[in-house]
Amino acid sequence: MSTEMLIWLIPLPPLLAFALIVLFTYKKHALSHWIAVSAAGLSWLGSMVVFFSAAGKEGLSHEPFRSFINWLPTQRNFLQIGVQIDPLSAVMVFFVAWTVLMIFIYSIGYHNYGQPKGTADHPGLPPHGAALKKHKETGGMVPSVEPMYARFFALISLFAFAMFTLVVSDNLLTLYIGWELMGFCSYFLIGFWYAKPSARDAAVKAFLTTRVGDVFMLLGLVLLYSQTGSLSYADTLANPVVIEELAKHSSGILGLSIAGLIGLLIFIGVIGKSAQFPLHVWLPDAMEGPTPVSAMIHAATMVSAGVYLAIRVFPLISAGWEPGHALTPTMVVLASIGAFTALFAATIALAQNDIKRVLAYSTISQLGYMIAALGIGAYVAATFHLVMHAFFKALLFLGSGSVIHGVEHGVYHTGEHVDPQNMFNMGGLRKKMPVTFWTFLLGGLALSGFPLVTAGFWSKDEILSYAFKGDYFIVFVVLAVAALLTAFYTARQITLTFLGEARTKASSHAVESVKVMIIPLIILAVFAVTAGWSGIPQGFPLFGGILPNWFEEFVGSMVKESAPHGAGESGSLVPLLTSLVVSLGGLALGWWVYKDVRAGMNDPLERVLGRFYPLIKNKYYIDEFYQAAFIKPAIWIADKVAYQFLDKFLIDGFLHAVAKGTWRLGVIFRNFFDIPVVNGTGDAIGKGTQGLGDVLRKMQTGKIQQYMILSLLVVILVGVLFYLYFLLGRV
Amino acid sequence: MIQQIPLSWYLIFAAMLFCVGLFGALARKNAIAILMGIELMLNAVNVNILAFWRFLYSDGVGGMVFVAVVFAAAAAEAAVGLALIISIYRRRNTVVADDIDLMKG
Amino acid sequence: MSALQIVFLVTALVTLASGVMVVTVRKMMHAALWLILTLLGVAVLFAILEASFFVAVQVIIYIGAITILIIFTIMLTRRVMEDTGPQTNRLWWIPALVSGGLLVALVFAFITWDRGYVDLDFLPGSAVGIAELGKAFVSPDQFLIPFEVASILLLAALIGAIYIANEHKK
Repeated sequence: MSTEMLIWLIPLPPLLAFALIVLFTYKKHALSHWIAVSAAGLSWLGSMVVFFSAAGKEGLSHEPFRSFINWLPTQRNFLQIGVQIDPLSAVMVFFVAWTVLMIFIYSIGYHNYGQPKGTADHPGLPPHGAALKKHKETGGMVPSVEPMYARFFALISLFAFAMFTLVVSDNLLTLYIGWELMGFCSYFLIGFWYAKPSARDAAVKAFLTTRVGDVFMLLGLVLLYSQTGSLSYADTLANPVVIEELAKHSSGILGLSIAGLIGLLIFIGVIGKSAQFPLHVWLPDAMEGPTPVSAMIHAATMVSAGVYLAIRVFPLISAGWEPGHALTPTMVVLASIGAFTALFAATIALAQNDIKRVLAYSTISQLGYMIAALGIGAYVAATFHLVMHAFFKALLFLGSGSVIHGVEHGVYHTGEHVDPQNMFNMGGLRKKMPVTFWTFLLGGLALSGFPLVTAGFWSKDEILSYAFKGDYFIVFVVLAVAALLTAFYTARQITLTFLGEARTKASSHAVESVKVMIIPLIILAVFAVTAGWSGIPQGFPLFGGILPNWFEEFVGSMVKESAPHGAGESGSLVPLLTSLVVSLGGLALGWWVYKDVRAGMNDPLERVLGRFYPLIKNKYYIDEFYQAAFIKPAIWIADKVAYQFLDKFLIDGFLHAVAKGTWRLGVIFRNFFDIPVVNGTGDAIGKGTQGLGDVLRKMQTGKIQQYMILSLLVVILVGVLFYLYFLLGRV
Repeated sequence: MIQQIPLSWYLIFAAMLFCVGLFGALARKNAIAILMGIELMLNAVNVNILAFWRFLYSDGVGGMVFVAVVFAAAAAEAAVGLALIISIYRRRNTVVADDIDLMKG
Repeated sequence: MSALQIVFLVTALVTLASGVMVVTVRKMMHAALWLILTLLGVAVLFAILEASFFVAVQVIIYIGAITILIIFTIMLTRRVMEDTGPQTNRLWWIPALVSGGLLVALVFAFITWDRGYVDLDFLPGSAVGIAELGKAFVSPDQFLIPFEVASILLLAALIGAIYIANEHKK
């Protein structure tokens, strides 16, 4: 089979798995997860084959693997949809396939497959443990299997289908379809434990917030289609003539060119989906979902899809820009929002105590990095960081899931009621959960950009050096500060969770997680360490040139020139030194501040930051602001205007009036026509006949003499008539 | 020639007798009395027929035959009627015609 | 006024008066006896009409059989009618009216009938004799069939009367 046909088949196994699980294997746990994992495996296999054949092909960016069909007939021609693998989507499909497969396998263990059913478990609530009769110690509970086990696998299969569709599509329409389908799955999966009100609210919040972005994105797509008549990449984004045309004409709005406006509108969709300021508020609440969901959707794939889209429409965003010249207005917007979000989210992450919340804000911050990099034109660097981040963020989330499981085990065992997700209730877990510790450490070091041996270092260093060399000084400084804070809070997290002594009984009774959860951690850790070596820049001191900068060549062929990398041959060492300082310094500082935190102590940062601390702990009160500024008025309008006035008063009033009127009309008909005329006629006929009969019956007295008289009278009458007739006849 | 009796006298007599019988048949309570009235009517009819026969057709026997048949009919009817009355009397213990009103209504 | 007419008038008067008594007397026995007188008067009239055969028939059949039957029946049903109370119905005036009206109508019809028969005298020839009547009864081309039918009628009446009046023993 040709590679193009194989590309069509990549998204299909998870879709099939979704259908099979929903329709047939809903009650069977083992069969459901086998179907899901096999489907993910098949997609992974297809993706690997496609990726390696793509990597081996010369000039892929100019002649991507493409297969399309004519789908919707329009006036002049058809709207075509199809699949395409060019270097950008090749690296995307690579990491998506790996992370999806790892997370699917991990979910088997996360949802406690094989454990007994819980004593008080209810579908819709997280499992609360099963009481074992023979372990009647202090708590005596063990983890119980998730009651909605098959549902989870069905939903993540559907999600995998959507993500693969988005990645392999060759046009913005099927990308948008995958985009929306992922949003739908995200809603379902965040609200997976639907009986929890907080989960339900978080799901709605995620959906509505991303919807705000999606509306603008749709406007961008419509504008693009109306201007160019097509949504395929080949016809629009990879077509320099079209881009130039769009760049030349002004759209009349804010002084942007048409290309710039389209890029801006699509970018607003990205802001929603990739949780940038100001639409970032949904991502921390999305941690209500199970941890594999957080890993997959909110770290590795869905939010990455946003950045992927931004990278994909980079020709539009950067239309009219030459490297070294001034940035287009859209690029300025990207860079500003990206850089601001990176710093903003990093500050909030400093004061979060929930292990998953820290990672959520970290994700927001890292996405900001990528957006900022794209905004200043570092196409390859942004893509590189995207791929690397997916690996180590997935690793970190899965690791946090393992930690939570371990502490929960301790909670069940000891019966102590502590929040298993609060880092201040952990500590000393490196002894109890060694594999989790080492893999988490590697992931955290990657996130902080620990030099040389972690993937994060290479990707972050690329961005910083690009920013520095391009003289984008503000961006450089902001990103550097954000990197410092990133390292700090990562060290804080690792120290509080794993190092030191256990702060609660639960964490002292934690155990290592099962193998099916550990092995994906190990595999992802391998990627977190080694993946970065595919993109070592040529000009790097000492190590540059050992391995070819394959990533640069492969993905960099998508853009004509990748910017001031030529200057990297003999560039200054400032960005490199900055990288080293911020990452190592941040890690050391974090460890030093938190190493002596004992049970019951407050966060030392509270004392240091003083009045600033509550501000960042409460996320700058942005949620409260949105609530007051947007949500309350919307609810007010919905209630007072739409519901009370329009619906109840006007529409219902009209309906009630119609109903009353019809009823009254019916009553009138009934009383003035139906009863008197119709009933009356019927009754009258009956009664009349009866009355007549009653009258006439009196004739039948049964007395012979009366009969005789009557007949005699009749005879006389007839005789008289005859007589008169004859008489008159005579005369 | 001595004066004969005109036909009209016979006819008027027959009519009177008929009406008397009619009154008896219609107005009397006792069923037997009703029968007696009927007999009177039949007799009047006989007189009528014979009067006409004698005045107009006395060279033939038509009138007499008719009267003979009327006699026979009257006798049969009287016998059956009286049998009925006796039968009813046995059942109902009454001979008042008005009390036998089973065909009422 | 010839003697025949006087005889006729007297007979007619007696007959009519008896008839009236038949229909008005209270006691049934008396009514039956008055009936005998009425029938006798009618027989006399038959005699005046030179229908001598029927004089005999009238006396034998009507008076001798029918009236006796009536008297039997009266005797058999005497217990009930104790001969008290009015013998006519409550609304007796309706039949009176009807009969009177009928009489008036008939008389009126006779008088205004312009056939000319009204004052007819006897035909010179005398009435045909009994022998002729007898022959007429048995000749097929004369009046055999009415004779036979009448006899069947009598037979049926005979059987019927016996059956009806029979006391059915269960």
